[in-house]
Amino acid sequence: MMNLIAKPSKANIKTYVPIGLFFVSLSFLDVFVNAFFNLNLMGFLPSKLNYFLPLILGFIGFYLIRIEFSGVRFLDVLNKNINSNNLNAILTLFTIFIIIKSIPPMLDWFILEANFAGNSKDDCTGDGACWVFIKVWFNRFMYGLYPDAEQWRINTAFLILFAIVGISFFVSEKLKKYFILFLVFVFPFLGIKLISGGSFGLEYVESAAWGGLSLTFIISAFAILFCFPIGVILALGRRSSLPAIKYISIGFIELWRGVPLITVLFMSAVMFPMFLPDGTFIDKLIRVLIAITLFEAAYMAEVVRGGLQALPKGQYEAAKSLGMGYWRMNALIILPQALKLVIPGIANTLLALVKDTPLIFVVGLMELAGMIGLAKTNPKWLGMAMEGYVFAGLVFWVICYAMSRYSQNLEKKLSTER
Amino acid sequence: MSKIIELKNVNKWFDKFQVLKDIDLDVAPQEKIVICGPSGSGKSTLIRCINRLEEHQEGNIIVDGTELSESTKNIEKIRAEVGMVFQQFNLFPHLSILDNCSLAPIWVKKLPKKQAEEIAMNNLKRVQIDDQALKFPGQLSGGQQQRAAIARALCMEPKIMLFDEPTSALDPEMIKEVLDVMVDLAKGGMTMIVVTHEMGFAKEVADYMIFMDEGKIVERAKTKEFFENPKSERTKLFLSQIL
Repeated sequence: MMNLIAKPSKANIKTYVPIGLFFVSLSFLDVFVNAFFNLNLMGFLPSKLNYFLPLILGFIGFYLIRIEFSGVRFLDVLNKNINSNNLNAILTLFTIFIIIKSIPPMLDWFILEANFAGNSKDDCTGDGACWVFIKVWFNRFMYGLYPDAEQWRINTAFLILFAIVGISFFVSEKLKKYFILFLVFVFPFLGIKLISGGSFGLEYVESAAWGGLSLTFIISAFAILFCFPIGVILALGRRSSLPAIKYISIGFIELWRGVPLITVLFMSAVMFPMFLPDGTFIDKLIRVLIAITLFEAAYMAEVVRGGLQALPKGQYEAAKSLGMGYWRMNALIILPQALKLVIPGIANTLLALVKDTPLIFVVGLMELAGMIGLAKTNPKWLGMAMEGYVFAGLVFWVICYAMSRYSQNLEKKLSTER
Repeated sequence: MSKIIELKNVNKWFDKFQVLKDIDLDVAPQEKIVICGPSGSGKSTLIRCINRLEEHQEGNIIVDGTELSESTKNIEKIRAEVGMVFQQFNLFPHLSILDNCSLAPIWVKKLPKKQAEEIAMNNLKRVQIDDQALKFPGQLSGGQQQRAAIARALCMEPKIMLFDEPTSALDPEMIKEVLDVMVDLAKGGMTMIVVTHEMGFAKEVADYMIFMDEGKIVERAKTKEFFENPKSERTKLFLSQIL
């Protein structure tokens, strides 16, 4: 049929475009009505034709509006991006149909059919998600098994953290330096002391009781804080001209990179204490922190090394020719440039670190995902895995997306090429 | 006459390939020496040995009374006294021009920031780019970048300046602005060793000319004599091609 009529061109744009758009709209309408209201407008047609009708209508419509250099901006953009040929038109239609089709069930599960009110599993009578589960367990998901009466300590620690970070955006560059020094060198230990207690009249809370999202934050923050400098030193070590330092660095990096994190964690918790002399005791959380830190430091080292290798030799020579020694050259000239180059890689490693924290379940520590795993096996709340993991996914996504945006901003801010 | 740079019987190899063969060279304070020769003749390697960006394997190199050898402390002290200008400028792209110039005085010579920036501005004025001080290297033209690099080296107040083909990476119309700065510097009494193919510049400022080929110093002569009456056939051939 299509061969009989004239090819769409600028000459017949006035008739073809309205007809084409009409066909396309008709196909979308059919799918939409079908998906949202469960109506089959074309039910009178033979079943096979009925099934493929939206695709056929859409295809004809897209063919009719595919006019090169039409002069209409909207049409040109549309044709260029999603309607450049027959195959693209079909792929576009499929994608749009799938999106339209998937909206109603998602909407139903997440909101319309979901249950928000109540405080036990029996209150979940609808077909959708049982958000009551998240609501009831929310406190545990945030604080783990930390005693309710002492949770203000975690809140205070994080409030102080956010307050300092918030204020540091508004103070002068000079003051900012002290803020950052405080955040890196003083606050982590202050915060840990506040949360673990045992002095200043604060009740001691053993680390086995820590958990939930706050533990995710604590582990991520400490691991990031320590793995970064260690990684930088390993990267410099691997490029050192002193053979001893070079081969120790290579050995360290390759050892840690070659072992799965889950085995490292297991060894740190179960095997490591066996090698310690009797009577010595290192807290499990600290052992796990050291393990994650060293593991991620090995990855960080390779990322940073990539940046070091990307710098032209001339930068090293210029720094040397001005009388700078090894440390000054690296601190003032080489690292600022190398680290800037590998911000995307660093962000990648740190995001992976945050998302690796759930693995600490192998040693019995439960951060957010671990707590959810525990809650879903509670006899009163069986069958809540979906709600729990969707929630965990959302929370992790928000954290990681924030980190990603921050790294992009940093990249833009530090760019000196214009 | 006292010598500020002395090279005695210097030999250097890259693996098995010998790049410098029995180099003897004396430079007195305030002398200007221009080194020329075909590419691969070892000119750059020679001046890079003078601040030990390259290590020599045999012979002695004595700069301002200090012998260059394995001991690190000496090297940094010597490098601080010997300014170097590179073919590729090698400015630090993450720092403004002013910071490029004041960084080493602050961290190596331990000058207060204010004083270092004053020195930097004076030197930038001297090379006539003080109006660009707050820009980043990537925003400057090649000629401006090379002048900034010269200013950066001058900020360390060096006794000797080494130039490693400073105009070879520049567009023709920018060569002059850089050479003008170098002529000005020469007239100010700086000790200079310059590797360049700019023979006009050589004729104007050089006390001595050195011609190198295949790692050897083939000819060393007063500038006038070198151009008017070269002794070796190799020099004559080179000059006939380049002039």
